[in-house]
Amino acid sequence: MPATATASSGMIDRFSLPDATGHFGQYGGVYVPETLMSALQELERAYAQAKSDPAFRTELKHHLAQFAGRPTPLYFAERLTRHCGGAKIYLKREDLLHTGAHKINNALGQALLARRMGKKRIIAETGAGQHGVATAAVCARFDLECVVYMGAVDMERQALNVFRMRLMGAEVRGVTAGQQTLKEAINEAMRDWVTNVRSTHYILGTVYGAHPYPMMVRDFHRVIGQEAKEQILASEGRLPDEMAACVGGGSNAMGLFFEFLEEPAVRLVGVEAGGRGIRRGEHAARFEGGRLGVLQGCKTFILQDLDGQIELTHSVSAGLDYAAVGPEHAFYRDRGRIAFSYATDAEVMEAFQLCSRTEGIIPALESTHALAYVVKRARELGPDKILVASLSGRGDKDVQQVARMLGTPA
Amino acid sequence: MDRIAQAFARARAEKRAAFIAYLCAGDPDFDTSLAACRALIEAGIDVLELGVPFSDPLADGLTNQLAAQRALASGMTSARVFELVRRLRPLAPALPIVFYTYYNLVFTHGVEGYVRQAQAAGVDGLLTLDLPPEEAGEMLAACRAGELRTIFIVAPTTSEERLQVICRAATGFIYYVSREGVTGVRGEMACDLPQSVARIKRHTALPVVVGFGVSTRAHVRQVAQAADGVVVGSALVNVIRDNLDNRPALPARLRAVAAELVAGTPCG
Repeated sequence: MPATATASSGMIDRFSLPDATGHFGQYGGVYVPETLMSALQELERAYAQAKSDPAFRTELKHHLAQFAGRPTPLYFAERLTRHCGGAKIYLKREDLLHTGAHKINNALGQALLARRMGKKRIIAETGAGQHGVATAAVCARFDLECVVYMGAVDMERQALNVFRMRLMGAEVRGVTAGQQTLKEAINEAMRDWVTNVRSTHYILGTVYGAHPYPMMVRDFHRVIGQEAKEQILASEGRLPDEMAACVGGGSNAMGLFFEFLEEPAVRLVGVEAGGRGIRRGEHAARFEGGRLGVLQGCKTFILQDLDGQIELTHSVSAGLDYAAVGPEHAFYRDRGRIAFSYATDAEVMEAFQLCSRTEGIIPALESTHALAYVVKRARELGPDKILVASLSGRGDKDVQQVARMLGTPA
Repeated sequence: MDRIAQAFARARAEKRAAFIAYLCAGDPDFDTSLAACRALIEAGIDVLELGVPFSDPLADGLTNQLAAQRALASGMTSARVFELVRRLRPLAPALPIVFYTYYNLVFTHGVEGYVRQAQAAGVDGLLTLDLPPEEAGEMLAACRAGELRTIFIVAPTTSEERLQVICRAATGFIYYVSREGVTGVRGEMACDLPQSVARIKRHTALPVVVGFGVSTRAHVRQVAQAADGVVVGSALVNVIRDNLDNRPALPARLRAVAAELVAGTPCG
């Protein structure tokens, strides 16, 4: 894990982005086939109306509380803190939400929106399966047809989630193109959407893709940071010194960070997947070796070769195993407002076991990237400092894979 | 008049729709692809649309995805695609050659530089699948300066308002996608083609071609009655797919299939 640079100040109004055309500075935008343009414009209008409709907000709040289980605790990890012997570590417990991850915040919001738009069929992509499971759950709850695209490799390593989706009535379609992970699942979901655009809403699962998705998904997850801010003020009487979250597309990170973007004293750190190390095809740390490009709807940092072909990626966690990063993250990184680090598979495996042992909490491998970072960081900082990590999902889905990797039968 | 406009004028004078043939550049390998393009030229096509292979072709159906995979696996790069055009140019000096591509492949090389290279190689136009006119400012400027034509897609879902934006941005021709969906062979054509084409023509004097799903001579004939040009892709790519084990025989078979389809272009 590299040392991270200190973020400079230079606050900008967080509500001013994206601009009217969906750009975060040079990032973001709308790069899709023409067939989808009308659907995206319709979605943008529907979302704008819903956002300003008190009835929609009340309804969403109700379901977030009653169906998803909000608010989630901001938990003081006492034994983990003592083990590290430095800064106090708090965990934002999104893993306690229904279906096991923060993904349900967005799935609920978009399902309610789809209902308002009169769309009866839902499609989604999924990597680790958490977004697929959340989407399957809300579709069951609201009686919507649900098709989830998932890479065949991910179906194998996240078999439990495949079964959960099917139990809740979703059709899971395996994707065998390319490296058979999240990127290919998104391609296939986009192809479905192009074909069935009139009847179908695409519940994209992260702060990625064409406008309005990065903005809309961020907004549906803002509740994470809003709660965390109140909670840390209640328990510590001040804001934390640093917050960390894993970044695949970056939805849990953006949800947690957004409320703190204009709090210069709070350092924000996104943690990418370092995989087996920063070598071509061995990792998914877009800010280590990626460069500006256009993929699957937006302009952002992408792991690609010199000719513009998208490179293979690797991460122990299916949810972070993706070649591009949410455009808003790229923007705030340029501004020095969000710093980025990465955790390797090996560091993640260690933190996974540490958290399980010391706290009795089995974290998702994705979220464990943030844990690996704060464990290291806590040791560097004194006991007067406060760290918050986003525990974005629970690790039940990962135990078989981890057992295999540790060589112990599950 | 540029090569694209000339090709459409020629077809119109001969009372037929222009035949636009699509192949993925370098599918299944450079030499076979060159021979395949030559076979299409011999079959009498009016425009050659070369797909530039991309790792993530999200607007393409399985046929074209696999074609791109074959091409990339054989070592195709942007430089090799330009080389293919340079080799084709002397064989058909009047044939318009347009690229069907994804924006990252253009953007990554620097838009201006890419456009210059394309023109130098003998390319006449660019169709960038995932680049709507709203994001195309840089490319439009580069194409204007480089005298490369731009081609944009219109879909059944395109609003009247967007139609205006698209027609202002296009300088080569308009490509009407007759059905929602990705590229690929389909059973039948949409029956409202004449109305759809007429709707577009209210906004532009450029030729309007129809594609996505056109795969039989009957389809070609049907489209030829309604549009200035007809695009056939997957049906030709399938000939390559079906002859991978017999590459020397591939060009002759492709020529036969293409000639059969070209024969459907007379209108009226």
